[in-house]
Amino acid sequence: MTPDQSLAELSDQLFTSGVALYSLAVVAFCAQLAFGRRPALVAAGGGGVLPSDAPADEPERGRRWGIAAMALTVLGAVAHAGVLVTRGLATDRLPWGNMYEFATATVLVAVVAYVVLALRSPGLRHIGVFVLAPVVLALVLIGLFLYAEAGPLVAALRSSWLAIHVSTAILGFGMFFVSGIVSVLYLVRTHHDAREPDDGRQGDGIVSRLPAAGALDRVAHRTAVFGFPIWTFAVIAGAIWAESAWGRFWGWDPKETWAFIAWVVYAGYLHARTTAGWRGRPAAWVNVVGLVVMVFNLLFVNMVSTGLHSYAGVN
Amino acid sequence: MTVTAPPRESAAPTPPARPSAGRRVGDRLLSWWRRLTAMRTAIILLFLLALAAVPGSLLPQRALSQNNVRQYVADHPTLAPVLDRLYLFDVFSSPWFAAVYLLLFVSLIGCVLPRGLEHARALRAAPPSAPRHLTRLPDSGEVATSLPSGEALDVVEEELRVRRFRVVRRDGPADPAGTRGDLSAEKGYLKETGNVLFHLSLVALLLGLAGGKLWGYEGSILVTEGQGFCNSFQQYDTYSAGPLVDSADLSPLCVDLEDFRAQYEPNLTASSFTAGIGYGAPGEQGRPTSIGVNDPLRIDGNRVYLTGHGFSPSFTVTLPGGKTFENVSQPFLPTDQSTMASEGALKLPDAGASSDDQLALEGFFAPTGLVRGGVLTSVDPRPLAPQVAIVAYRGYLGLDSGVPQSVYSLDASQIERGRLERVGAANLAVGDSLDLPDGTSIAFTGYREFAALQLSHDPGQVWVLGAAISLLTGLLGMLLLRRERIFARAAPDAASGGSVLTVASLSRGSGQNGPRFAALAADLRNALDDRARGTSTRTSTSTSTRRPEGPPA
Ligand code: HEM
Repeated sequence: MTPDQSLAELSDQLFTSGVALYSLAVVAFCAQLAFGRRPALVAAGGGGVLPSDAPADEPERGRRWGIAAMALTVLGAVAHAGVLVTRGLATDRLPWGNMYEFATATVLVAVVAYVVLALRSPGLRHIGVFVLAPVVLALVLIGLFLYAEAGPLVAALRSSWLAIHVSTAILGFGMFFVSGIVSVLYLVRTHHDAREPDDGRQGDGIVSRLPAAGALDRVAHRTAVFGFPIWTFAVIAGAIWAESAWGRFWGWDPKETWAFIAWVVYAGYLHARTTAGWRGRPAAWVNVVGLVVMVFNLLFVNMVSTGLHSYAGVN
Repeated sequence: MTVTAPPRESAAPTPPARPSAGRRVGDRLLSWWRRLTAMRTAIILLFLLALAAVPGSLLPQRALSQNNVRQYVADHPTLAPVLDRLYLFDVFSSPWFAAVYLLLFVSLIGCVLPRGLEHARALRAAPPSAPRHLTRLPDSGEVATSLPSGEALDVVEEELRVRRFRVVRRDGPADPAGTRGDLSAEKGYLKETGNVLFHLSLVALLLGLAGGKLWGYEGSILVTEGQGFCNSFQQYDTYSAGPLVDSADLSPLCVDLEDFRAQYEPNLTASSFTAGIGYGAPGEQGRPTSIGVNDPLRIDGNRVYLTGHGFSPSFTVTLPGGKTFENVSQPFLPTDQSTMASEGALKLPDAGASSDDQLALEGFFAPTGLVRGGVLTSVDPRPLAPQVAIVAYRGYLGLDSGVPQSVYSLDASQIERGRLERVGAANLAVGDSLDLPDGTSIAFTGYREFAALQLSHDPGQVWVLGAAISLLTGLLGMLLLRRERIFARAAPDAASGGSVLTVASLSRGSGQNGPRFAALAADLRNALDDRARGTSTRTSTSTSTRRPEGPPA
C-alpha cells in the first residue's frame, strides 16, 4: 500500500517536537543541578556523605526545576512514541523496518527505562541530564543521517519474526544504552571520589551531585541483567528467522558477528561483576565496551559493510 | 556456597625435598588446570573470543563470498597472502579461533561440572547450620517475644514454610522452654540449577553446531521455469559439504520449478516472491507446493529455499545452412535488484563448422527497457517491455582449454587474444532479430523466469534450537531467581520470661535485600505476636520488639 502522507508528515513533526521537548528537559535538568546545589556550609556539615538519595533536602527552586525536567522528559517521550505510532499507522506495519525507525525506537526504550528508574528511585533523577543529553544528540544524528521516508517493507522483512526479533533487539539495546551510560557515570564518579577523598569539602561541581558510586554500579548491573536475556532472546529469534529467510540459522554475516561479539562482551561483564579483581571499575569498563560494540553494530555494520542485513534504507 | 567462585591457589607449595619427576609434572598440570578453570581465565577467554571474531566481520570471508575474497586479493596483492596464511579469510574455521573457543569450553566444563555435582548434592542435603555470629551477616535483626524459644522457632518455621523455604531445625522442638535452638532455611535452589543448565546448554549448543558442520551440506542452483534438479553434488552450481558427508547418500529428492511470480508495491518495492514447485523422489510424480521468501519447503531434514530470481532471455538462432537452435536460453544474472537489469552470455559451441567457428552472445537484459541514445537501460523490475542488448562473437570459445569458465560471461582473454571476434550487435525487443554478415540470424523470442534455489541439510539444527531454548531457560532462572538463606536462633530471655530471636539472611540475586528482609522481619513479628496472644496463658504479653537493623546505607 502507499503510505499515508499526512500521517507520515505528522510523524516527522512529532520527531522535531520530541527533540525540542527533550532539549528543554536538558536545560531544566541543568537548572536543577545549578539551583539544587546546597550551600557549602551544609555540605561541609554533611561530612561528605553524598546527597544522592535525598532530593527532599534540596532547595525548593532546584526541586521545582527537577519536577519540570521530569515532566518535559515524559512529554518528550510521549511525542517520541507518537513518532513511531504515526509511522506505523502511515505505513500499516510495525514501525521498525529501517534504521531510522529502529534507532528512534531504541532511544525511546532508553528514555522510558530512565523514566521508570527515576520514578522508582528519586536519587536517580539527578542523572537525567547525562541520559537526556546523549538522547538529544543521538536523535539529532538520527534525524540528520539516518532519516528514511515512510515506505513499505521489502519482501524479506514481511514476517512475524520482524515483530519478535526486532522488538526484542530494540528493547535489549535500549536497556544496554542506559546501563552503559550509568557505567560511564560510575567511572566518572569513582575517578572523582579517588581524587577528592572524603574530606568533607566536596559538594560542589556536577560530579559530586551524582548518586553514590555503589548505587550507580547497582543500577548499571540491574539494567544489564534485564537487557541480557532479552538480547539473548533477540539473537536466538534472529537465528530462527534467518533459518527460514536465508537458508541457515547462523552464517557469520557482519551483523550476526557483531551481535555475537556484543553478547560475549556482556557475558564478560556479568562474569566480571562477580569475580574478585574485576569488580568495580574494570567491570564498568567492560560494560562501556559493550555499549560501544552495540553502537558500532548499529552504525558501522549497517552503513559501511554489506551483508544480508542491509535493509537499512540509508545510502 | 560462596558468592564468587573460590579463589584458586596458584600452585601447591613446593616441599623442601625434591619430589619425583612424575609428581612435579602432576603438580604442574594440576596448577594449569586450576588456572584454566578459574573465573578470571573465563573472562579473559571471553574477551579473546570477542576479539577473535572481529576480523571475521571486517575482512571478506570465503564462507560468505568467494568473490569478495578474490576481489580483495586482487586489490591487495602483497598484504593478502600474509592475511591468508593467518587464516584471516576463514576466521571462523581457523585453528586459532577454534583454539580460543575450545579452551573456553574446556574451562567452562572444568568450572561448571564440579559446581553442578556440588549443587546436585546440595539439592538433597539439608540447609547448612547457622553460623555462630548471626549478626555479622549482611541483614540481621532481633525480635523479642513472650513465647518460649521452641515455640518461637515453630512460628518462624511455619512462616518460612509458607514461603516455600526448605527448613531444618537443629534443636529438637520437644525441648522444654529455656533451651537455645537453631533454624536454617533455604530457597531458590533453581537459581543455581539455572546457572548449571545455562552453562551446560552452551556445551550442547556447540556440539549441535559441530554436528551440523560435520554432517551437513548445502547446494545452490539456478533453475529456469520448466526445469528442475535432483539432489546430487554434480548438479549444483555451487555446494559445500561437511567432511563426514557421503556424497552417495544424499537424500533422494528432485525439485522442478513450475512457475515463478514476483509482486511489487506501487513504488516498486518487492512485496513477495513465490515459486510454484513440484518435489518428490527421482522418477516420482512431483507433489506441487509453493515456496517463497521466509517460507521454505521442509521435508525429512532437508529444506529447499528460494534465495533469488531473475530472467532467462531466449533466442532462436538460424544458421545460413538452415540449421536452427530453437529457443535456447540461459539465466542472466541481475546486477541491480531494483530494476532487475541483468547480464549474461549464451554459448553455442556447435553453431559452426569447426571449433574455430563457434558462436556466442554476450548481453544485457532489461525487463522493461528504455533505449536512450542507443543505450538500453532498465527502468522497472517487472517484465513489461523486455529488451536485450546483445553483442555476437564468432571464433574459439576456449571451453575445452582446461580452464574452467563461468557460464554467465565469455572468457575475456579469448576476446583480447583475438580468438573471438565481434561480428554484430543490436538492441532487440521481443520478435526482433539480428542478422550477422555471414547470414546467421539471431531472434530474441522472449524470456522465462528463473529462481535461485538452495537445498540445505543440517542434522544439528534441531539440537541447536533445543540447546538455545534450554540456555534461555537457564539464563532466566539464573538471573531472575534469588537464592536466599534465613537463619534464626532463639535464646531464653531471663528478664521477660520469653525469648529473643535473632534472625539473619544471606541472599544472592538481583535487587536489594534490605527492604525484603525488613518485610520478612515485620511479618515474623506479627506472627509471633498473634501466636503469643492466641496462647496467652501467661501473664505478660508485652512484646517489646526491636526493629531489625536495616542494611548499611
Ligand atoms: C561460553 C562462555 C560463557 C558464557 C557465555 C557465560 C555466561 C554467563 C552468564 C551470563 C552468567 C550470569 C552472571 C550473573 O549471574 O550475573 C554466568 C555466571 C557464571 N559463570 Fe559463566 N559463562 C561462560 C563461561 C564460564 C566459564 C568458563 C566459567 C568458569 C570458569 C563460568 C562460571 C560462571 C559462574 C561461576 C557463574 C556464576 C556467577 C554468579 O552467579 O555469581 N562461566 N556465566
